[in-house]
Amino acid sequence: MKRLAALLPLIVIALHAHAEGTLTVVNFGGANSTAQKKAYYEPFEKSAGVKILPVEYNGEQAKVKAMVETGKVTWDVVEAESADLDRGCDEGLYEQLDWSRIGPKSDFLPAAVHACGIGIFVWSTVLAYDASRLKDPPKSWADFWDVKRFPGKRALRKNARFNLEFALMADGVKPAEVYKVLATKDGVERAFRKLAELRPHLQWWEAGAQPPQFLVAGDVVMASAYNGRIDAAQREGRNLAIAWAGGIYDLDYWAIPKGTPNRDLATRYIAFAVGPDRQAEFARLISYGPTAHKALTKLDAKTLALLPSAPANVKDALKFDFRFWSDHGEAMEKRFNAWVTQ
Amino acid sequence: MTLAETPLVRFAGVHKSYDGATLAVRDLDLDVQRGEFLTLLGPSGSGKTTTLMMLAGFETPSGGEILFDGRPITGTPPHRRNFGMVFQNYALFPHLTVGENVAYPLTVRRVSAAECTTRVNNALEMVRLGGLASRRPDQLSGGQRQRVALARALVFDPAMVLMDEPLGALDKQLREHMQVELKDLHRRLGVTFVYVTHDQGEALAMSDRVAVFNDGALQQVDTAERLYEEPANRFVASFVGDNTALAGHVAAIDADFADVTLDCHATLRGRLIGPAAPGTAVQVTIRPERVIVRDGGGANTVPATVQDVVYLGDHLRLRCGIDGRTTAIVKRPVGSGAAPAIGARTHLEFPAEHVRIYP
Amino acid sequence: MEAVADTMADVRVALRRDARHRTATALILVLPLALFLLLTFLVPIGALLWRAVDNPEIARAVPRTVAALARWDAASPPPDQAYAAFVADLQALREQTDAGMLARRLNTEVGGARSLVMNAWRAQPLPAAVDAAAVRAQLIALDPRWEEPWIWQAIAKNGARLTPDYLLASVDLKRAADGSIVTMEADRSAFRRILARTFGIAAIVTAIALVLAYPLAWWLSTMAPRRANVLLIVVLVPFWTSILVRVAAWIVLLQSGGLVNQALRGIGLIDQPLALLFNRTGVVIAMVHILLPFMVLPLYSVMKSIPRDYVRAAVSLGSHPLAAFLRVYVPQTYAGVAAGSLLVFILAIGYYVTPALLGGPEDQMLSYSVAQYANVHLDWGMACALGSVLLAATLVLYAIYRRLARMEPALA
Repeated sequence: MKRLAALLPLIVIALHAHAEGTLTVVNFGGANSTAQKKAYYEPFEKSAGVKILPVEYNGEQAKVKAMVETGKVTWDVVEAESADLDRGCDEGLYEQLDWSRIGPKSDFLPAAVHACGIGIFVWSTVLAYDASRLKDPPKSWADFWDVKRFPGKRALRKNARFNLEFALMADGVKPAEVYKVLATKDGVERAFRKLAELRPHLQWWEAGAQPPQFLVAGDVVMASAYNGRIDAAQREGRNLAIAWAGGIYDLDYWAIPKGTPNRDLATRYIAFAVGPDRQAEFARLISYGPTAHKALTKLDAKTLALLPSAPANVKDALKFDFRFWSDHGEAMEKRFNAWVTQ
Repeated sequence: MTLAETPLVRFAGVHKSYDGATLAVRDLDLDVQRGEFLTLLGPSGSGKTTTLMMLAGFETPSGGEILFDGRPITGTPPHRRNFGMVFQNYALFPHLTVGENVAYPLTVRRVSAAECTTRVNNALEMVRLGGLASRRPDQLSGGQRQRVALARALVFDPAMVLMDEPLGALDKQLREHMQVELKDLHRRLGVTFVYVTHDQGEALAMSDRVAVFNDGALQQVDTAERLYEEPANRFVASFVGDNTALAGHVAAIDADFADVTLDCHATLRGRLIGPAAPGTAVQVTIRPERVIVRDGGGANTVPATVQDVVYLGDHLRLRCGIDGRTTAIVKRPVGSGAAPAIGARTHLEFPAEHVRIYP
Repeated sequence: MEAVADTMADVRVALRRDARHRTATALILVLPLALFLLLTFLVPIGALLWRAVDNPEIARAVPRTVAALARWDAASPPPDQAYAAFVADLQALREQTDAGMLARRLNTEVGGARSLVMNAWRAQPLPAAVDAAAVRAQLIALDPRWEEPWIWQAIAKNGARLTPDYLLASVDLKRAADGSIVTMEADRSAFRRILARTFGIAAIVTAIALVLAYPLAWWLSTMAPRRANVLLIVVLVPFWTSILVRVAAWIVLLQSGGLVNQALRGIGLIDQPLALLFNRTGVVIAMVHILLPFMVLPLYSVMKSIPRDYVRAAVSLGSHPLAAFLRVYVPQTYAGVAAGSLLVFILAIGYYVTPALLGGPEDQMLSYSVAQYANVHLDWGMACALGSVLLAATLVLYAIYRRLARMEPALA
């Protein structure tokens, strides 16, 4: 009994050390998660001697909100899309990022710099298809809407974001004009009308891993998809292809939920992982573009050509306007939901 | 055979097995006469209920034939037999009122609404439940429920009424009261009743004839009196009414009578029932009320010791030890002299004309 | 006489003391459960109902502005005092989070309010102005949208601590600018339709479950108890499997290349795979499967208690066995039918995971909208209002059941 009592403080210390040595990092799952694990988690675990607990989600900010409001924050680093980061920053879901510990802001793309987070990669939502099924490849969103030339189902993500832009581009709006049109009432009506046109041919996806599955299974002939997921499927030998024109690119960010007990470790992790070596490694594993300028210099031409940020790919692409979506996203998504559940 | 002589129901060589190995009813030959009150009596598992269920049509005989009015009915489904039936748990439909319950067999037969009402009311009057037609079964007492079940089984003028231990769930007083009512009803209506019970008192009290079952076989069919006074075998003798039974061997046979040497060396004379020869092991039985207590010995008398005296209001019941091993029961009317004291030595006379000897 | 009266008074006192004692014992015995229910059931439901009408953000963040707009007619240009009050309110908001909550709340009312409010807050403190009119000019110079009435209408409308808006919206109604209640625009209204669909799917599932469960329960009730117990366990297996596992299994079975389609094609019944997944068929099949035990068990327990003599009695009275079954047996199972149907229906209207995974967007039920508003839109007021609608629907159903049970005692 006495011996046990003597051991007790040691046990408590051991448990405590273990709790402190675990960092929960939230990502979007699938191929993205696998690449992050190799490029970021494992090297950091080795260098810092801590354990990383990966958690997958589909971007629902409600979980972050619930944790912050109840004061029980168990997520330490969260991968967030730009509009969610911006909103979450305003509403106090995320901590202010201590840039002094990350590095000079000028080392990164201007878009990667945010008060509450740092952009970790450039990704794009693109038109993807199975090249072995479609000999005559679709080239634009207008083709995506052309059910006569390309009969069969199409898959789109089940939300308003991106789809309204795609619909306008399919309706002939130039990429540069899309957000100008969408800011008007008529523009929104036009986008929803165009989307409704395609409705009987649509199958919706929610998780990023789904569109390549649908394409491979032959359930759909075309899909909007994250370019990295298509890249991962290609590496597995699937004959999937991307039409870059009309793709919408954006950054994913890392942010620290407000009130996490591991804020310091989280900052250390972010500073470690946004270094050029790590980002270059990530880009080699999945074709998402680095945000650190120096990372690009470490990549070969073949890898660079696959990134959404490659000049050939970005030429006819659209930059996602998170400010528009931050302001109008809620109204658009609610309207989309009313429409889609009809 | 003329029509009048044709029995209403005839079981001809019927047997029934549930498992293919043992017979629940075997070699049953039994007639039910028109208008009689026939009781099937026996301990549980004796085959009496199986017999009733075969008659109702819920069980099919494994062999033999059941004839109704001379026509075989084994193939007739139960709902076409037109027999009224009363179950032990009454089986009143709980979601219908008393009136609707009694009207049920009439609605099935598409009797007009007006006639239906009249007949339901008559039937309820008959069982003295007039005015309770709108009650629900769960608002009635046990005896009232029993009468509703009876009214329901009688309202459609069935060819016969079958009853499966209908009074089993009632307390003793109510049961005796209902026995009188049932018998009275039977007398008034003239319908044939086939009644199943394991209670020999009930069987004797109500029936015109009783069919005693044991172990799947019919033992005896007779009037209550003959069943009591002239049991056909040891089983009937012991199952129907109280009995004193003594073991012994036949010493001599003299026409219908035999002399038996009891195990206690006394000799008794009595009527021999069944084949026997000198030396055959037999059972000597006598009804308690036929035993006479005497002070001294004599013919057909055995010495005994009074072991117990029970006062039962209308009579005294003595338990007397004979030879320290067997016990004889003696029923003595109250007022026929002073009651013997416990432990008193006395003699019991078994009058020969009331002694039955079964091989 | 007097002595008797005294004795009776004593008896009454003793009786009262006895009754008090019994009441106290009973209270002590039920107290733990009562506390448990209070904490785990009543408090959360209370919180749900409260959040469905709670509207604290604007009243808390900009009290001066709300006061300044109190007598505004919502049509004319807003008074200068409102601009001055709003700037004063903004300056009083120390934390970015406070401004963010205000921006979020206003943005759920009108798209665009978020950037408008956040930009105004970041611009604070504005240079000191001589009067309210000058403050107004400063704000409009910052963003011309401040001249438009909509943001002010949104503030004025939500100045009160409680709002009926969420509850109204949950049945596709809204308050117009003049305060009257009008129907939501067609392209924004969804909930009446979804509510009707929720009830429709629940009704279909209940009906199919009843049709499937009734003969099964009857068959089980006629069996020897030992065999019936073994088969009941088979019926109960779905109970013991995680709902996600079951749904995943249904996906494997029902997908276009799944077992069901392969089997049907194998025996040559169909050429093209049937669409069984991501539509109503898949949802109904899976929900019936999951909910079937809730129908079988009440039916079985009721049927088990019905003696076989009833049907025999009816047959002996001249009824055809089928008619006897329908007229005598079936009515006695109404209590089980009602209990099972109510249970299945109430459980079904709350279903979320199964339609979410096996249905298309056109097959989603009200719980999906609750999850959507709670998880995606972060609009918890709306989520709670929709939850309240579901709760109210359940209570109404239960009340109808009670009323029916009172009229027809066989149901109770």
